[in-house]
Amino acid sequence: MTALDTLPPWLVVPVALLLVLGSTLTLLGAFGLVHLKSFYDRLHAPTLGTSWGTAAVLLASTLAWSWGQDRVFVHELVIGIFVLVTTPVTLMLLGRAALQRDRAAGNLKDVGQKSAESWQNDK
Amino acid sequence: MTTLIWLAFSYAQFALALACVFAAVRIALGPRAQDRVLGLDALYIATMLLFVVTGMRLGTPFLFEAALVIAVGGFVSTVALAKYLLRGEVIE
Repeated sequence: MTALDTLPPWLVVPVALLLVLGSTLTLLGAFGLVHLKSFYDRLHAPTLGTSWGTAAVLLASTLAWSWGQDRVFVHELVIGIFVLVTTPVTLMLLGRAALQRDRAAGNLKDVGQKSAESWQNDK
Repeated sequence: MTTLIWLAFSYAQFALALACVFAAVRIALGPRAQDRVLGLDALYIATMLLFVVTGMRLGTPFLFEAALVIAVGGFVSTVALAKYLLRGEVIE
């Protein structure tokens, strides 16, 4: 018997909806990670989970814990803000690393950028 | 209402576990190193959310702290790996 069993109906509905929304978005992002073809497409997929996936699950957690603790319980916001701030940093850095590795290896076809030789040939 | 919250929690745990599996598949398949790092980042996020949901369901505050540690560790490890891929060394 946890505090979840004592949630009133007007709180159960938003908590359940936010949980389903957040976990579905995270699942879709992970599916895109497997499904998409090039790395630069795949780079976008997990951001579904880090934006509204995380936000919805943490909002549901905030609502449920606030009811259970009988006070405003906003510890989850720390995780939310941290994930929101750090995800662009990590993915930009990873994208730049991949771009540099692709340039060094010479396979630029999925970068959408021409190599020096093809510029010469076009002229 | 208890049934609704039970269904929502079960669905959320199942979906997040499946997301972990997809991320692990990308780590295993990933043709190049950056795909594996991206899969690891997605695995960190999905595991963190799974910890939050499981902590809500069990009613313990300890899993929340574990989730916070996972979030910080995921950021640091992904940045370190991306920096390694970019430069060949982590700290110059």
